[in-house]
Amino acid sequence: MILLLILIPALAGAAAFLIGRDSIRRGLLVSAALVQFALSVATWILPPAPALSGWLAEDAIGRLFLTLTSLLFLASSFYAVAYLRGERAESHSDFEEGLLFSNAREASFTGCLLLFLSAMTLVTLSQHLGLLWVAVEATTLASAPLIYFHRHHRSLEATWKYLLICSVGIALALLGIFFLAVAATSPGTAAVSLVLKDLLSDAPHLNPLWLKAAFVLMLVGYGTKMGLAPFHSWLPDAHSEAPSVASALLSGALLNCAFLGILRIHQICVASGLADFSERLLLVLGLLSMAVAAIFITGQVDYKRMLAYSSVEHMGILAVGVGLGGAGLFGSMLHVINHSLTKVMLFMVAGNLLAVYHTKTAKNVSGALQVLPVSGLLWVLGFLAITGSPPFGPFLSEFTILKAALDQGRSFVAIAYLILLAIILAGMATPVLAMAQGTPREDIVVPAGRGVALSAVPAILGAAILLMGVYVPPVLSRTIHEAARLLGPR
Amino acid sequence: MSQLVNAILVFLVLTGFLLLASSRLVACIRAVAIQGILLGILAIAAQDGNLSVFGVLLPLISAAVKGFILPWLIMRAMRDADTVREVEPLIGYNLSVIIGAIALGVSLWLGQHLPLPNRPTSFLLVPAAFFTCLVGFVLLITRRKAITQVLGYLTLENGVYAFGAAVALEMPVLVELGILLDVFVGVFVMGIAIFHISRQFDHIDTGRLVALSDRVP
Repeated sequence: MILLLILIPALAGAAAFLIGRDSIRRGLLVSAALVQFALSVATWILPPAPALSGWLAEDAIGRLFLTLTSLLFLASSFYAVAYLRGERAESHSDFEEGLLFSNAREASFTGCLLLFLSAMTLVTLSQHLGLLWVAVEATTLASAPLIYFHRHHRSLEATWKYLLICSVGIALALLGIFFLAVAATSPGTAAVSLVLKDLLSDAPHLNPLWLKAAFVLMLVGYGTKMGLAPFHSWLPDAHSEAPSVASALLSGALLNCAFLGILRIHQICVASGLADFSERLLLVLGLLSMAVAAIFITGQVDYKRMLAYSSVEHMGILAVGVGLGGAGLFGSMLHVINHSLTKVMLFMVAGNLLAVYHTKTAKNVSGALQVLPVSGLLWVLGFLAITGSPPFGPFLSEFTILKAALDQGRSFVAIAYLILLAIILAGMATPVLAMAQGTPREDIVVPAGRGVALSAVPAILGAAILLMGVYVPPVLSRTIHEAARLLGPR
Repeated sequence: MSQLVNAILVFLVLTGFLLLASSRLVACIRAVAIQGILLGILAIAAQDGNLSVFGVLLPLISAAVKGFILPWLIMRAMRDADTVREVEPLIGYNLSVIIGAIALGVSLWLGQHLPLPNRPTSFLLVPAAFFTCLVGFVLLITRRKAITQVLGYLTLENGVYAFGAAVALEMPVLVELGILLDVFVGVFVMGIAIFHISRQFDHIDTGRLVALSDRVP
């Protein structure tokens, strides 16, 4: 079953490159996403047997991340089909600068989407740290062509930065894995196992010096990919230039996968008694990310870049939650879900606004509530949710993390956290509300025959975010508790 | 064996300096190719006689990919891009070499202060690996051409690989192959990107890729 979860999207992706007919290929995208989602839900009822001698297995953390990824991919696949229908194949003029450009082949876009899903699935299920590394690097390679779908110089620049910065970061993570192997080597032993289970049971005997060095390298490496400041420089470019459906997946699913890499090494640090060291580093990077995001969100003119920096902020919140430990772990795991749902919805809505207004500059958009009632409403609600207003899901998880800081008596962390959240709320409020209200420019026309999915998918996600704020299903809550327990001390 | 290992490591350090000092792009590509082949031999030599089939086969595959296939891909990208075949660094070659010398000192110091639990075949192993990583970083930071940045990435990767070989780490075959495949596809995709950059901009100078940025308000 585990192998099927990985192979179905991989094979469908390979097939998508070869299928010429648009309708068949789009059908394949949606059906592969459906089957994969169904399988990942089935793992909640029937826990799958480990495969490849225990290298691939599903623990509570993996199940959480896998199901979230599959769900978001399913939502994005419906959106993508509607989006691709509206794209013109011949060269057309760019919204921003008026230059002519054409799109990449739709077949390679769909194929890369599916390969991307397969690589992310492998990340969530890898128990072998080397295999995890291979999978994370594969996600970079599969997603780079997605950013360069609109072939013009800005997306190319973004793709280049993404490819190079993330590959270099990930190379450092590999060095970190080698360091970890050295830490696990004791004089006389020959074979070192990099399977998480063995490392955890062997954790008290790991060499602390090498383990610390390994943690730093892996934090920098995977942190680059996750978008933690100060290694986030690729993120706003890639998220703003990619087509919105790709931005949604990058932000909602890919960043989580990199976070998972950090969680795995953190688990090992906790088990070997170095929790203080790794938690402190995570706290510092987390608060720094929130601060950087606060600076760049304030006065941001481009609304897609604003969402990208908001992702930097939320990655920071996740790191702070794990850095606090205790109840923060639960908050962090819950926030992974809430942030992803909200951010995917917001990027989809941003895509709708971009398609109608033909600009990414916030001040040139007005009256979104009149022009696109559903998207306009979701834009405002999504803004409220992402900035942590009740009654939406992110409020609950952000509050849990704040409460963890207060309960531990870390008033500095709590105050900094609150101030940064307030700055970001204020920074986002001005452009978002101005975009929604006011009267639209006269020349704005909503293209006829827009796909229903373009509004319906984000609306369903919006409902889910609201639901997560008022009622977390018990089965989900149990799994999150289990995941938090895995991350905590034994 | 340890003399062979030492000789390889000295050559590895020398190729690092060659990369820093050379003004010709082709020479840099060759230097990275030689590194790839050296590392293949190193991985076999560092195993100290306990050879398995995969223990020989994997380094050979790696040497073939890093020594021949990837350099060929990069050469092709360079021809397609039809660029000036000079490195055109941000800082002078002399300064680059001086930075390299400092990096070597730092690596030797690090090698002394991070003792390996298992005595390695040569005391030069860890410093040479770190030095190669640092050279990769210097190339990434001070060279602006897209091609030299790819070379910097590959040099960094070679340094990481050298460290893996240095501690005679037995990664499972599947993972080793996966890592190699990722590097290969990575360079392949970067090659395609270079081709598009040269067509789109008429240059491959990444220092001029500055359309996207944020200023602190």
